[in-house]
Amino acid sequence: MTEPRWAIEAHGLVKTFGAQRAVDGLDLQVPTGTVYGVLGPNGAGKTTTIRMLATLLPLDGGSATVFGHDVATDAHRVRQLIGVTGQYASVDETLTARENLDIFCRLHGLRGKAIRTKSDELLAQFGLSDSATKPLQNFSGGMRRRLDLAASLIARPPLIFLDEPTTGLDPRTRGQMWDTIRELVRDGSTVLLTTQYLDEADQLADRIAVIDTGRVVAEGTSDELKAQVGASSLHLTLDDAADTEAARRIVAEMVRADVALTPEARRLTAPLTDADLVTDALVRLRDAGIRVAEMAVSKPSLDEVFLTLTGRGTAAPETADSEEHAA
Amino acid sequence: MTATAITPGYSRALPRRVPFRQTVRDSLVMARRSLVKMRRTPEQLIDVTVQPIIFTVMFTYIFGGAIAGDVASYLPAFIPGILAQTVLTGASAAGTTLREDMDKGVFDRFASLPIARIAPLAGALLGDVVRYLIATTITFAMGFAMGWRPEGGLVGVAGAALLIIAVAWALSWIFALVGVTAKSARGVQGISFLILFPLTFLSNAFVPVDTMPGWLQGFVSVNPVSHVITAARDLCNAGTFGADGWLALLGAVVAVAIFAPLTVSKYRRHAR
Repeated sequence: MTEPRWAIEAHGLVKTFGAQRAVDGLDLQVPTGTVYGVLGPNGAGKTTTIRMLATLLPLDGGSATVFGHDVATDAHRVRQLIGVTGQYASVDETLTARENLDIFCRLHGLRGKAIRTKSDELLAQFGLSDSATKPLQNFSGGMRRRLDLAASLIARPPLIFLDEPTTGLDPRTRGQMWDTIRELVRDGSTVLLTTQYLDEADQLADRIAVIDTGRVVAEGTSDELKAQVGASSLHLTLDDAADTEAARRIVAEMVRADVALTPEARRLTAPLTDADLVTDALVRLRDAGIRVAEMAVSKPSLDEVFLTLTGRGTAAPETADSEEHAA
Repeated sequence: MTATAITPGYSRALPRRVPFRQTVRDSLVMARRSLVKMRRTPEQLIDVTVQPIIFTVMFTYIFGGAIAGDVASYLPAFIPGILAQTVLTGASAAGTTLREDMDKGVFDRFASLPIARIAPLAGALLGDVVRYLIATTITFAMGFAMGWRPEGGLVGVAGAALLIIAVAWALSWIFALVGVTAKSARGVQGISFLILFPLTFLSNAFVPVDTMPGWLQGFVSVNPVSHVITAARDLCNAGTFGADGWLALLGAVVAVAIFAPLTVSKYRRHAR
């Protein structure tokens, strides 16, 4: 039997909370056996989308299937095919790691020796063997996340939802999480992950959907998106705000790309496909008598991706750290 | 990582609904979870351990002389009454516990698992049966220590205990509904008390019904708790099971039939 192509197909997803349209006509097609990244700032609708696809929230509009099963009308089948790891660890705080896995193994139908074997395997895989009998209150954020992911993998689901799996993790733990995700895909899983970090989507995802205010604003491979944004970008701060318009025209012509004005006055940002073009642009600016106060070339940040794709900055400041404390 | 590949999503044969046997099994696993939690947080058990000791002794000596002339002749009527009151108080905590649990992340995981929707609720209430057993044992032990010698013997006493626990479990669905409906754990507690007090005090638990005004007797006689207590008294003191017992069981069945489906549907909608 040939495997049909899509693990997830979603068309025109809508979710409203009161007057706010958290997800507003979102389309998604996730190829089987890949890591699919959903990239967007806080409040873009990432978590709401995952919750709808994972049968945790009813759809207010549109339709979605997971391996061909409708999430609205065939929820029980969908639940047999997915593992969900939320932004906040969904494990039992009062229990130990082993007790948690024991309960989740039983809920997945394991009995007797199989529970012990499975729990041991997962605890070892996620480096939690030494803390297996400690209450979770003493766990760090990273340990909780790992236990949470371990619990999602008990049934070896072919589709795994990871909602900001590395937000608030230290760099080492983040690297481990990335390795784990790669291994999952190697074993045949499909992974849908959300992230606020372009870098993360770049490292992990085969395809990326950039979403903003509940819609997909761009979709493609990392390279395709970068081609739109530029592999790196040029930042210029002018001496005199009056030169802004003239400078914009010159830079746009020289680097052959759209130039965005950042919210701060006197600042220009442009995607760069070829860093050599910067020299030409600077020469032309000097010839035109426009004085440059600061100049920098850097890799694009999420903010710039957004600036380029939506013509404005990310709506909300990144509050990853405060969220981690709240969790 | 494990060498075996993951079975592809499209090649799996999957049941469309949760089979009944699995529903029972999932509920039992959830009950097991409640028990593990009880072991980890023993302070949850205060209302079924310390409270029965204090209430049984306190009410016996406060009311005994006034109502029955002396303590010894009050005990046969009082012990089944206070038992029902204590166990129902224990049951009224079900809503609060459920609410607190639901506000935590772990209920999110339960919602995403291929398990029966009723299992997290039924399991939690089932686990509470252990709390009722503790309260029952302590109440009977206190009664015995104060001189109560039930004529119905061990079988009668055990039967009374089973009856009260069964009815309390059934009525705990009312509190569970409050738990999944109210906005906060504090609100749940307030509403639960408002339900608990009339149910237990407007009954024949503590005083003879014929001392109450007529309109109150009307309510007391239809209150299922009154029937439970009468039935429990018959079982403890005479070893007989009559119409009151059947009425109590009928009330229990009706309570589950009404409140369990309501609770599950509310819970499904709550699952954010």
